[in-house]
Amino acid sequence: MQIYLPIAELSLNVLLLLAMGGGVGFLSGLFGVGGGFLMTPLLILNGITPAVAVGTEANQIVASSVSGAIAHWRRKNVDVKMGCVLLVGGLIGSTLGVQIFKFLRGLGQIDLAISISYVIFLGIIGSLMLVESLRAMRRRKQVGGPRRKLHQHNWLHGLPFKMRFRRSKLYISALLPLGIGVFVGVLAAIMGVGGGFIMVPAMIYILGMPTAVVVGTSLFQIIFVTANVTFLQAWQNQTVDIVLSLILLIGGVVGAQIGTRASAALHGEQLRSLLAVMVLAVCAILGYRLVATPADLFTLVPVTGG
Amino acid sequence: MTRARGHILGLLVLLFALFGNGPARAQVLVADLSNHLVQVTTGFSGTELLLFGAAQDEGDVVIVIRGPDGPATLRRKARSGFGIWINSDEFTFNGVPSFYKVASSRPLGELKADNALATHQIGLANLQVEGAGARTADTVEDFREALLRNKVRQELFAPEAGEVTFLGDSLFRTRVSFPSNVPTGRFTVTVFLLRAGQVVNAQTIPLIVSKTGIGAEIYEFAHRRSALYGIGAILIALFAGWLASAIFRKA
Repeated sequence: MQIYLPIAELSLNVLLLLAMGGGVGFLSGLFGVGGGFLMTPLLILNGITPAVAVGTEANQIVASSVSGAIAHWRRKNVDVKMGCVLLVGGLIGSTLGVQIFKFLRGLGQIDLAISISYVIFLGIIGSLMLVESLRAMRRRKQVGGPRRKLHQHNWLHGLPFKMRFRRSKLYISALLPLGIGVFVGVLAAIMGVGGGFIMVPAMIYILGMPTAVVVGTSLFQIIFVTANVTFLQAWQNQTVDIVLSLILLIGGVVGAQIGTRASAALHGEQLRSLLAVMVLAVCAILGYRLVATPADLFTLVPVTGG
Repeated sequence: MTRARGHILGLLVLLFALFGNGPARAQVLVADLSNHLVQVTTGFSGTELLLFGAAQDEGDVVIVIRGPDGPATLRRKARSGFGIWINSDEFTFNGVPSFYKVASSRPLGELKADNALATHQIGLANLQVEGAGARTADTVEDFREALLRNKVRQELFAPEAGEVTFLGDSLFRTRVSFPSNVPTGRFTVTVFLLRAGQVVNAQTIPLIVSKTGIGAEIYEFAHRRSALYGIGAILIALFAGWLASAIFRKA
C-alpha cells in the first residue's frame, strides 16, 4: 500500500513505514534514546533527502519522547531541574545547528557531514559503552566485590555556578550540563536525532547522575530540543513532512510504550551492552558507505530539500 | 468502465474525422491522450496514460513527452584523504526537461531521419541541454552523460524509445508511464508524423500534472505559512505522544 508524501515528494509503502516506526520506537522506549540515530539513516536509505529526513525525524521524536517521558514521570524518574539546565543549552545548540545545517547544504556537503558525524559519535560512544558494560557485568559476577562510590568528582564538577540537583543527588557546576546541552543540541539539528545516545552516556559518565533518572531526564529535555528543531526546519527550510512523521509516530509511540515496559525487566548493564552493540553496527554500516566506491560518482541534486 | 467508453468514443470521433468528408485529407494526423490531467493525490503511486491517434497514409509516428524545463545541478565525488568519497565538483545545466520520454513506431535508428530527429530534439542523444559555466568539452560531456544516467535511474527519462503500435494502417496507440516521483507542471506531448526522413506533420497535446487533495494542501501550507506549519507539526506530535501514553495507561 503506497502513500504519497507531500513534502518528501515521493511514494513509500505505509506498512514499511509503520514497521520502521514501531521497531525504532521499541528501542527508543527500551534504551531511553530518541531512536533518531537509527531512523534518520533508514529514511535516507529509503530515498528521502537528508534535509527532509532530519526535519521530519525531529518532529517524530517530539511525539515518541513525550510518551516515553510521561511514563518515566509517573515513576518519578525525571530530574526537572537538571533537565531545564540541559534544555537551555539544548535550545542554544539546536538553533546554532540548524544554521550550520543550512550552510553545509548550500555547499553540497550535508550528506558527508551527517555521515561523518554519525561515524565519529556512534563509534566513540558505542565503544566506551561496550567496554564499560562488559566490565560492570564481570564485576557483578564476583561475589562481594568492592563497593563503588556513588560517583567520582573531578575538576569539571568544581567549576563556578554550583547548583544542587536533589533528584540526581549531585552538587556540581551548572556550566557542565549547560555545555553538554549546547553540544548535543548542535548534533541534534545536524544529525536529525534527539541526542539521547550522546546525552545518556554523558549524564552517566561526565555528570555522574544515577542511572534511574538518566533516561527520564534525557527524554524530558529531548521533547523541547526536537520541538525547536522541528519549528526551525519547518520555518526556514520547509523540510518537515507531517504525513511521514504521523505514520512513523503511530508506529513509534506504540513501540515506545512496549519498550519502556520491557526496560524494567532488564538489567542496566545488559541494556547498555545491547545498545552499544547496536550503535556500533550502525556506525560500521555508515563508515563502510563513506569509503566504498559509489555505483555512480555523479549525483543529481534534488530540486527540493537537497 | 466510463474511461474505456470514453476511449472508444474518442476513437470513433477520430475515425469520422479521418474518413468522413473532411476538406483536408492531405496529411492528416490526429491524436489524443486518455487523460489531460494527472492528479498526484495521497494515494498516488505512478500512473499510465494511453495515447491514441490516427495518421493517414504511410509514415512513422514518433511521440515526445516532455516535462517543464528547469536547471539541474550535478555533483561529482572524488576520493580524498582517508579514502572518503567527497563531492568535489559541481556543474549546472539549464533548460533540462524534468521528464523526457520518446515512443516510436520503429526504432529511432531505423527511421533514417537523423537531421529531423536532431532538429526536433527527438531521442536522448538529441536532447539539448545548455551547460552553465566554462569547462572543457570533455568535462561537460561527462556531466551530460551523468545527467541522463541519473534521470534514467529515477525513471524520469526513458533510455530507449517506447513502442507505438499500429492497429491496421492508420490507427496507432502507445502507453506512457509516469512514476510516483513525476514532476508537476505543464507537460507537452508532441506527435510527429515522419515520411522519407522528414517531419510532414506534428501535433501538440497539452498535459498537466498537478498535486491535488490533502497532500497538495499540506504542501501549500508548509510553503506559504511555514512558521504556523512548524507549530502545528509540534502540537500534533505532542498530542499524539500524550494520547498514546493515555491509551496505554488504561490498557
